[in-house]
Amino acid sequence: MNLTLKIWRQKDANAKGKMVDYKVTDISEHMSFLEMMDVLNEQLVNTGEEPVAFDHDCREGICGMCSMYINGKPHGPDKGVTTCQLHMRMFKDGDTIVIEPFRAVAFPVIKDLVVDRSSFERIQQSGGFISVNTSGNTQDANAIPIAKEAADKAMDAATCIGCGACVAACKNASAMLFTSAKVSQYALLPQGQVEAVERVQNMVRQMDLEGFGNCTNTGACEVECPKGISLENIARMNREYLSASVKG
Amino acid sequence: MSGLIKSSIARKVVMALSGLFLVFFLGQHLFINLTAIIDPDTFNTLSHFMGYNPLVQFILQPVLIAGVVIHFIMGFVLELQNKKARGVKYAKYGGSTNASWASRNMLISGAVILAFLGLHLYDFWFPEMAYKYIESNPEDATRYFPELAHKFHSPVRTGVYCLAFVLLMLHLWHGFSSAFQSMGVNNKYSTGLRKFTQIYAIVIPLGFIVIALCLHFSHL
Repeated sequence: MNLTLKIWRQKDANAKGKMVDYKVTDISEHMSFLEMMDVLNEQLVNTGEEPVAFDHDCREGICGMCSMYINGKPHGPDKGVTTCQLHMRMFKDGDTIVIEPFRAVAFPVIKDLVVDRSSFERIQQSGGFISVNTSGNTQDANAIPIAKEAADKAMDAATCIGCGACVAACKNASAMLFTSAKVSQYALLPQGQVEAVERVQNMVRQMDLEGFGNCTNTGACEVECPKGISLENIARMNREYLSASVKG
Repeated sequence: MSGLIKSSIARKVVMALSGLFLVFFLGQHLFINLTAIIDPDTFNTLSHFMGYNPLVQFILQPVLIAGVVIHFIMGFVLELQNKKARGVKYAKYGGSTNASWASRNMLISGAVILAFLGLHLYDFWFPEMAYKYIESNPEDATRYFPELAHKFHSPVRTGVYCLAFVLLMLHLWHGFSSAFQSMGVNNKYSTGLRKFTQIYAIVIPLGFIVIALCLHFSHL
C-alpha cells in the first residue's frame, strides 16, 4: 500500500518542531508499524536526509519503550497493543497517517517522536518498591498466604509497562492510571503493607511535582492502555491516599 | 493532613464532596418545585418555610453558597492546571474516540450552569433577599407561586432555562458517578450505582424542564 505520513519533526529538545509530510510506497499489510517506520528511515538515509527518531526496544509489546500518537490515539487504532504490535493491515492504501510524540509537559520531546519519560521513573523511585532484607534471610514469598483474587488483581496492576499511553490519551495529561497501577500492585499484597502510607503519599507527591494533570475520570486512559489496566486501580489509590492522609 | 489539601487527589475529593452536596440539593429543589405544578398551595407553604426557617436561612443557605463557590472555583483551578499539563496540543486529537463528550467538556457544561445560576439568582434570589431583608416587607405565604409563574410567561426565559437544564443533565451524567470514583468507590456495586446516577442525571433536569414548560404553557 502507498501512504502519506505527517510526522512531527523536532531537531532537539529546544528546537521548534513542525509536521512534515512523507510518502512511503509498497508497504506490506503484514509489516508492523515500526517496520514501516524503518522503511521510511531507510528511504530518508538513502536520500541523505535525517531519519525520524523514535523509541523502540523489544518490539514485542513488553518493554514499554515504543510510543507514538498515531491518528489521534496512543499506539494507534488497534486495541490492547503497543505501537510495535500494530500492523499495517489496520490502515488502507492511500491513507494519510498523522504521527506525533506523546504530548505532556512531564514528557518533554527529546527529538522527533522520542519523549523523555523519566518522570515515570522518578514516581516509581519515590515509593514503588518494598524494602526487604536480601542478606540471605529473606522469607520465601510463597510461604505467605495470599487470596487468589488479591494476587490476580496485583498481577493485573503489575502488567503496566509504563509506556505512558495513559498520559498521552488523557485530555489532562494525567498520570493517575500509571501511578495507581504501581501503588496497587503493592497495596494488594501483604508485603506492601509495611510502607503503604509513605508509598502512596510519596508517589502522589512526585506525580504532582512532575507536572501531570489532574484526573477527571474520563476513562480515556483505560480505553487506550495496551495492557488493559483498570480504573479500579485509580479508585484504590484514591482510597489508599485518603486513608494514608488520615493515618499519617 | 496539610498534604491532603495540596494534592491532586485531595482537590478531586473536594470537587466530589461539593458536587455530591449540590446533587442532593438539586433533588430537594426539584421536590419542592414539583408541587408548583401539582398543588400551588403546597408550593407556597414549602417556599414560605424555606424562606423563613432560621436553620435553612442562616445555616443551610450559607453552606449551599459555600458549596457552589468551592465547586466552581476548584473546577476552574483544575481545568487551568490540566490545560497547562498538556503543553503543545496534538495536531490530530482523538479524544472523542475514547471518552464521552460529557466527561471531556465539564468546563463547558459547568460554565453554562454558572451563567444560568447568575440568571436564576437575578430572577428569584436577589428579589427575595431584597423583599425580606432590605425592603423589610411583611411575611406573605401566598406570593411564591404567582411570582414563580410570572417569570415563566417569557418564552425566552423558559427556553434559556430549558437549555441550561440540558447542560445540567450532561454535567450530572459524568459528574455524579465520577464523584464516587474520586472518593475511591469502584467495586462490584459500581455498575448499579452508575446506572442510578445516570437515571438521576436525566430525571432531575427533566423534572425542571417539565415544570418550566408547564408553567409557560399554562399561562398561554
